[in-house]
Amino acid sequence: MNDKTAWERQCLIREKTRPTVNDYIPLIFDEFYELHGDRHYGDDAALMGGIARIDGIPVTVLAEVKGRDLNENKKTNFAMPHPEGYRKALRLAKQAEKFHRPVICFIDTPGAFCGIEAEERGQGEAIAKNIMEFMRLKTPVTSVVLGEAGSGGALALGVCDRLAMLENALYSVISPRGCASILWKDASREHEACEILKITAEDMVRLGVAEAIIEEPNGSAHYDVYKIAENIKEFLVKTLKENSSKNIDILLEERYSKFRKIGEFTE
Amino acid sequence: MALENLFKVVTTRFNGNSEKTDQKPVNSNNIPDNLLFKCPRCRNVVFEDEYKALNMVCPKCGYHGRISASERIELTVDKGSFIETNSNMLSKNPINFPDYDEKQQALRDKTGLSDAIITGEATIRGIPVVIGVMDSRYMMASMGSVVGEKVVRAFELATQKKKPIILFTASGGARMQEGILSLMQMAKTSGAAAKHSEAGQLYITVLTDPTTGGVTASFASLGDIIIAEPKALVGFAGRRVIEGTIKQRLPDDFQLAEFLLEKGFVDMIVERKKMRSVLSHVMRLHGYEKEVL
Repeated sequence: MNDKTAWERQCLIREKTRPTVNDYIPLIFDEFYELHGDRHYGDDAALMGGIARIDGIPVTVLAEVKGRDLNENKKTNFAMPHPEGYRKALRLAKQAEKFHRPVICFIDTPGAFCGIEAEERGQGEAIAKNIMEFMRLKTPVTSVVLGEAGSGGALALGVCDRLAMLENALYSVISPRGCASILWKDASREHEACEILKITAEDMVRLGVAEAIIEEPNGSAHYDVYKIAENIKEFLVKTLKENSSKNIDILLEERYSKFRKIGEFTE
Repeated sequence: MALENLFKVVTTRFNGNSEKTDQKPVNSNNIPDNLLFKCPRCRNVVFEDEYKALNMVCPKCGYHGRISASERIELTVDKGSFIETNSNMLSKNPINFPDYDEKQQALRDKTGLSDAIITGEATIRGIPVVIGVMDSRYMMASMGSVVGEKVVRAFELATQKKKPIILFTASGGARMQEGILSLMQMAKTSGAAAKHSEAGQLYITVLTDPTTGGVTASFASLGDIIIAEPKALVGFAGRRVIEGTIKQRLPDDFQLAEFLLEKGFVDMIVERKKMRSVLSHVMRLHGYEKEVL
């Protein structure tokens, strides 16, 4: 049982020493070939894609990449993808569909990048298209939130059959900082916003957004990257086996109805 | 006035202890509020009456201003044809967000709306259609559970009845007061749009001022035909957020409908007075005909 507050987890997942997807990939997959480019504009290092093998099964991997130091972060734009990143993800997802490979997404982003070029190249359209196409992608999709999952930039890889959260991972519609500055006109109150927004892994399971929580050894992924990679792999292999045996039309109907029923209202 | 009295006046003004400070300044000209409209695009000032007579269009620059959902419906559909659906749906407060219930109640009282969208069935020049109109007066038309559910039900109704759907979008984005549930509405609405599309039916998006955030990044960008009103602000990130990121001021025309047209994200820009005509012609080109009674 994780008794950390949302704010404590937020501080934890922002630590530079927290493992990133680049640490996990060699430990989870037997082989991995990165594939580049969206075939329209360019290659976005913030969102990496490739083909891999896990427990003997070929899969397509899509991942938002946090850097481990400033240089890496400059390259991966602090894991904030541009539209070409999302379009690369969609291209590779469609490729996976063609070759009947399951798709595995690793989410770890503060959000989609907010800048002039991102708007010029249609950030909104790129995310919308991903959400719609992943909803009807005829192959199993499994997503894992490694650290932070910020808003639409996370959802673009988050329309899936099964979503797992690492124990300390957070998923939010708005950054707690943004929420605090709107609500109280004071961004420094983000620790309060963290608690209000209900963004922890337990909240996600309770609200029907996530199905599983992956345990972080001794309370944090920092301490034992091997053990946590093993936990992630165990979840992925189990989920792949479950979903691969399902009829694809049933799987798609279940994927849609999972999202279809989220929302609370009276009438 | 004696000289010492003059100083008294000055000191009272300075220390703010004048007896009159509680009174509001008297407007000697008695100019009523809402007499003038200042265009947010060209910054020209026109009489509100003139602006209203043009259906909220700036006579100088052609900016198409914000109008309420009911005004929009009146301008768009055939008189008396509109039948509202799911009008009684109300949001809960799923994550107990502070002051959310009170804020909504105040807005319901003020605007007469139940949430930020009105949906229903109607005809446009005789052609049956499902229509949804967002209203920016209600929490900047942010998308929470009710907006998401009503959009989905509108798509489902259109799919079931083999009708085209037209959504007039306006939104500040996902509604943070409903936390992660509001983000999931993006997935839900996009999924419903996909099902309507797979059924071979037409979906027209009309982007109106302002359409941003999670609505831009979901159903607003998924229309078969995407129309925008002149000078409507449409984008993913807010202007101030981008300016904060890049530390410089953005050009005035950034994220306007004309900018999107140039960048290839909008099919056409249509003036409000021609909207009915264009919508009906586009629907007819897709094989939708007048209802035979």
